[in-house]
Amino acid sequence: MSKQVCYDDVEVGTEITPLAKVATTRMLVQWAGASGDFNPLHYDDDFAKAMGVGAPIVHGALKRAWLGHLMTDWIGEQGKLKKLSCQYRGMDYPRKMKTREEPHDGETWWCKGKVTKKYEQGGEHLVECEIWVENGKGEKTTPGSALVALPTRKRK
Amino acid sequence: MANGSLITDELRKLIGVTLETIVFKVEEGAIQRYAQAIGDPNPLYNDPDFASKTKYGRLLTPPGFTGWPVKAGRLSDRLLESLLKAGAPSRLLDGGVEFEFIEPVGAGDVLTATTKIANMTERETRLGKTMFTTLETTFVNKKGNVALKGRSAFILF
Repeated sequence: MSKQVCYDDVEVGTEITPLAKVATTRMLVQWAGASGDFNPLHYDDDFAKAMGVGAPIVHGALKRAWLGHLMTDWIGEQGKLKKLSCQYRGMDYPRKMKTREEPHDGETWWCKGKVTKKYEQGGEHLVECEIWVENGKGEKTTPGSALVALPTRKRK
Repeated sequence: MANGSLITDELRKLIGVTLETIVFKVEEGAIQRYAQAIGDPNPLYNDPDFASKTKYGRLLTPPGFTGWPVKAGRLSDRLLESLLKAGAPSRLLDGGVEFEFIEPVGAGDVLTATTKIANMTERETRLGKTMFTTLETTFVNKKGNVALKGRSAFILF
């Protein structure tokens, strides 16, 4: 774990430590099992074509979970994630597998974010962030926001 | 639908009505598999021994974990059926989600999830006449406290 980020360390515009993810067909199967979302849109070529998306797409909820990972990594043990939201705007297509474990070369997704506001309220040191998942072309397919409480070094 | 509105009187009647209540226990293995599928190695979600020695005292759920299988807060077949019966369009897209985390949720917790339709709106989009529905789910723990709230947006066209 990296060192604890504090309220005092962040300003509007501060970048959240980016997190890289590679969606693969294997990962989508694993996510389907772990989340219980068995919609064939995410693993059946013919069904995905019939639904008009061309090929199986990455679960919106998986991208949302990635954003959760982004935030909890950044705020560390002493931070508290209070709100997380995102919109499923753009479709993402997983890399196919080359071997049982290794995907083919291709797209890498980046979970990113920056601080948009900081304030104290009800004894908490709150930070609002704009967050998103960015695809290999740099498009924000899953924009969202988060509200976190961070520890402070200040003594009252 | 004389005025061409997608939101029929039948649908309007569903706004604010509790459509589903689910009680479920958060399982340790389900948390671990969920964290592994995300690719999040945080020991709070993966290592029961480590987690038991923290202030939480048990394996914690990653944010947004809402049980397995994740039915609570999703537009389940049963919920979708009530909407279709009331005249909603049948093609569906997941629009997004908003969570508010109030108390930690961990292995062994029993949650009662209550889902209602918070609102319905409609407008013309590139999909044609489109209806937006927001489901609101409140998860209450055994202490009787709201542990988290989820709002999910669905696009019907």
